[in-house]
Amino acid sequence: MSMLDNHKILFSNAALFFVGLTIMVAVIPALSNQERNRPLPGAPALSREARIGKGIYIANGCVACHTQQVRNIDMDRIWGDRPGLAADYAANVRTDFWRNTATLMGTERTGPDLTNVGVRQPGKDWNLVHLFNPRIVVKESVMPAYPWLFERKKDPGKSDVIVNVPAAYLNGDEKVVATKDALYLLAYLQSLKQAALPQNTVSPEFLYKKELKKAAGGEAPAADGKALYAANCQTCHQENGEGLPGAFPPLKGSPVVTGDDLEKYVGIIMDGYDARAEYGVMPAVGTNMSFTENEVAAIINHERSSWGNQGKKVTPEEVKKIIDLLKLKTP
Amino acid sequence: MKQMPVFGWLGLSLLFLISAPLAASADSGLPYSFSFSDPSVWAALLLFIVLALLGIALLMRQKIRKIRAASRPGASEAQRVRPEAWLQRFTREQLQELIALKKKKGSMSCLLVLLAGALLAPAGLSAQNVTGSSSLLSETGVMITILLLALPVLLGLVLLYVKMQRVLRQFRNKQRLKDADRLAAYLKDLPEESLEQLLEKHGPEPGPLPEETLLSGAGPAEDRRGLLQINDPGGLPIVAAKKRAQKRPDIDPALSRLVLWYLGCSVFWLLFGTSVGEYIGIKFIAPDADHVSWLSFGRLRPVHTNAVFWGWASLAMLGLGYYVVPRVSNVKLYSLKTGWYALWLINASVVSGTLFLMAGVNNGGGEYREYIWPVMALFALGLILTLWNFYQTIAHRTTREIYIANWYIVASVIFAITIVLVAYIPIWQNGLGETIIQGYYMHQGVGMWFMLFTLGIVYYFLPQQLNQPIYSYSLGILAFWTQILFYTLIGTHHFVFSAIPWWLQTVAIVGSAGMAIPVIAGTTNFLMTFKGAWSKVNSSYTLPFFLVGIIFYFTGSLQGTAEAFRTTNLIWHFTDFTVAHSHMTMYGIICFFLWAAIYAIVPRLTGKEPPQISVGIHFWLALIGLLFYIIPLMYGSTLRGVAWLNGVPFIETVKGMAPYWVWRAVGGSLMWGSHLVFAYNMYRMYVPGNALPDVRDAALSRLRDEAAAS
Repeated sequence: MSMLDNHKILFSNAALFFVGLTIMVAVIPALSNQERNRPLPGAPALSREARIGKGIYIANGCVACHTQQVRNIDMDRIWGDRPGLAADYAANVRTDFWRNTATLMGTERTGPDLTNVGVRQPGKDWNLVHLFNPRIVVKESVMPAYPWLFERKKDPGKSDVIVNVPAAYLNGDEKVVATKDALYLLAYLQSLKQAALPQNTVSPEFLYKKELKKAAGGEAPAADGKALYAANCQTCHQENGEGLPGAFPPLKGSPVVTGDDLEKYVGIIMDGYDARAEYGVMPAVGTNMSFTENEVAAIINHERSSWGNQGKKVTPEEVKKIIDLLKLKTP
Repeated sequence: MKQMPVFGWLGLSLLFLISAPLAASADSGLPYSFSFSDPSVWAALLLFIVLALLGIALLMRQKIRKIRAASRPGASEAQRVRPEAWLQRFTREQLQELIALKKKKGSMSCLLVLLAGALLAPAGLSAQNVTGSSSLLSETGVMITILLLALPVLLGLVLLYVKMQRVLRQFRNKQRLKDADRLAAYLKDLPEESLEQLLEKHGPEPGPLPEETLLSGAGPAEDRRGLLQINDPGGLPIVAAKKRAQKRPDIDPALSRLVLWYLGCSVFWLLFGTSVGEYIGIKFIAPDADHVSWLSFGRLRPVHTNAVFWGWASLAMLGLGYYVVPRVSNVKLYSLKTGWYALWLINASVVSGTLFLMAGVNNGGGEYREYIWPVMALFALGLILTLWNFYQTIAHRTTREIYIANWYIVASVIFAITIVLVAYIPIWQNGLGETIIQGYYMHQGVGMWFMLFTLGIVYYFLPQQLNQPIYSYSLGILAFWTQILFYTLIGTHHFVFSAIPWWLQTVAIVGSAGMAIPVIAGTTNFLMTFKGAWSKVNSSYTLPFFLVGIIFYFTGSLQGTAEAFRTTNLIWHFTDFTVAHSHMTMYGIICFFLWAAIYAIVPRLTGKEPPQISVGIHFWLALIGLLFYIIPLMYGSTLRGVAWLNGVPFIETVKGMAPYWVWRAVGGSLMWGSHLVFAYNMYRMYVPGNALPDVRDAALSRLRDEAAAS
């Protein structure tokens, strides 16, 4: 084959072949995607603080372990209400002339997906403690600690944001104060929320659905209170229900949990709580996560029957009544 | 042959031991529930025993048949050797003795004893022990009981089998004795004349044996053509001695220096990059190892990947390329100076990129694209200079054809430049455009740069080390063009189920399946090149590296195909399976091939060989370390993926990975240790003055000096 003995023909053919394929499978699809897609109308732009926070997120390589993509498969349903769309990423443009666009979709999920973490885990106190050292609140965590986002001060000023770090992590009577960078990063994490689709738009479906195991009477399957607690409550109130002194209250032996005021109990789960100065603010976990009465009842029953707690069992019907009432109160 | 079923059972039982907890975890959702209180483990053991029993029963059946056939009177009469035929087999001495015996007309019985003694073999006795067992499979306790009952049964059957074998042997002994009887009777009646006739056929009586030194002479051995290489044993050898590198015609010292500098720099980046890798591997099990921002996991991870990519593998490949390209073009390198410029540029790129990453300046987080574009521009410039240099060298070649190694090498440099340009031109890629290009970039980087270039190196060094031509040029050409066709398509398989267009994901999956063609073609070509030369693997310290590389080229690449499908993505995507896969390929294929080529070439350039024992240590540490790294990680991440599918709380799956992360750190430490040994070997090959001076060389040079002085 004399053609292949000619270096000009051989190498230019190989180059053309490769470049041609590159244009077809990479350049044209990339161009068409960046031209065609626009952010959703309901998606807010990043605030200044959140934008700086995103820079800190990028600089520390958080994308190495955290994805930001809800795939259109059923197992990803826990990370968002709907599968991610091209429009969700359309607002990302080049960071600056020197640095490329950061869609931060990621390829590795050593830690949880963060697409919707602003809804799932918005608590300021929790996030700051967790950033200072994740193992304070999640002892199994392998996430790095970010102490360089915090300062240690003997007597913090009025405007300083003090982080409720347990004494074991401190020397003497110093306090841990969040730097501006920590607060920017917090703002970014809180801003990570899936935008609502415009009205009349049908969300793409989640594929590979699991066969739902129907209960005996064809009713909805019973929710697993332990798993729900682990996924939504445990990071603050801890697996042993003892909370974290100075940061998150215990549920073990708590009068709210074991008492009779179901309305207050359901209200805290659905709409959050900020009545006790010594503890952090609880976000509206139930509303954020769109808990059903089944799920709330399962969590309550789990909390009332664990760690030595002995409270009355509740039924989803009782809970539903209260949830409906709460909805009326806060339109 | 008899051992084959034993290995089969061992394999089966292992399979069951592994799959039992896997199946159990799929039900319970918890990935780390392996425990001996789990009935499935006992069930697996029991199954193993039952299979063993079955196998022994089959073997026994065969033996019984043989015994029956042997014991049937006159059954195998026809097969037995006739006395006439036995006679033909007698040696001269035996015939002479026979005749003497005949002459004596003495007792034939002594002959009989002689024959019988040779044919008989000892036989012994053994006990047997058979116990019954019944089946009631539900509880762990019941299963343990059954197992305890089955074990003596198994033992008894094994003993029975041994016994049967002995019985069979006794039968055969008797048969032989009968033959001897008949032969003796036949010989008794044979006339002496016919025996003497037979003896005549053996020719005249030979004289005394010739002297041992009749042919070789009594003087010391001479090696007039220099064919012999006698290595001084120097004490008891610990490992088998391998062949030493052959002395080749001298290579231009200036080119030699360039290649050695490329390789030397690459070894530095290997040590640096894998030290970082080792450290971040440890951080998975000890996340509070340090709290320094520059050393935090998220910043060091890209430092590790980029340093081993652009520092170690790329520089090593280019260094070898600077040797191969001019060599197979049969011409000098076009420009040595540009070679040095490229070396400086690439080193500058990795140094500055590392510092930027640790300081927190990166390109936005796409894997292997963490260096910002000015840093990567240095690398690209180095490649452009290299391309020009290689291309001009080939253009000035004195051979007609372009050897296939140069196809692969030059094409990969062209493609790498294209990839970097597409991915780094700083004026585009908003929104998902970034993701599509990211998928393209990260996979073309590994497939079109590292893999293609390294294949080129193998096409040169493997035939050279085997000392026989590549099996098929056509297969190489087929693999070349199909690799371009399919590999270019597969980038977006890193984003299956994401928001990028569905059709693009499908194209990537189809391309991944198509990759089977170049991979199988390449593997076949390399393995067939070994044809008739497999024995050389034993006596070479480079070929084992090639062989491991070829095996991983096949398994690692096809694993990539398997991972790309949508159903496998459900389990493995986002888990550490990808990390295991990339180490299986970048380490198992690329690093092993590079080491093979480096050990082949550096002794030729410096005239010094590494200590063979430390090459062996390097090989085994790297291989065992890699297996410790990838196998637990693949297993653990499969469990993790299944747990995710079953909706297990996320933190439980983090807990579940902990033991596999420990194994990864263990494997990583072994790999890292092997790099220290490799660096030592390089040092031994580079630096003179380690070996004792050769007395002959030293004497010669002294005489030379004297001659020069006078």
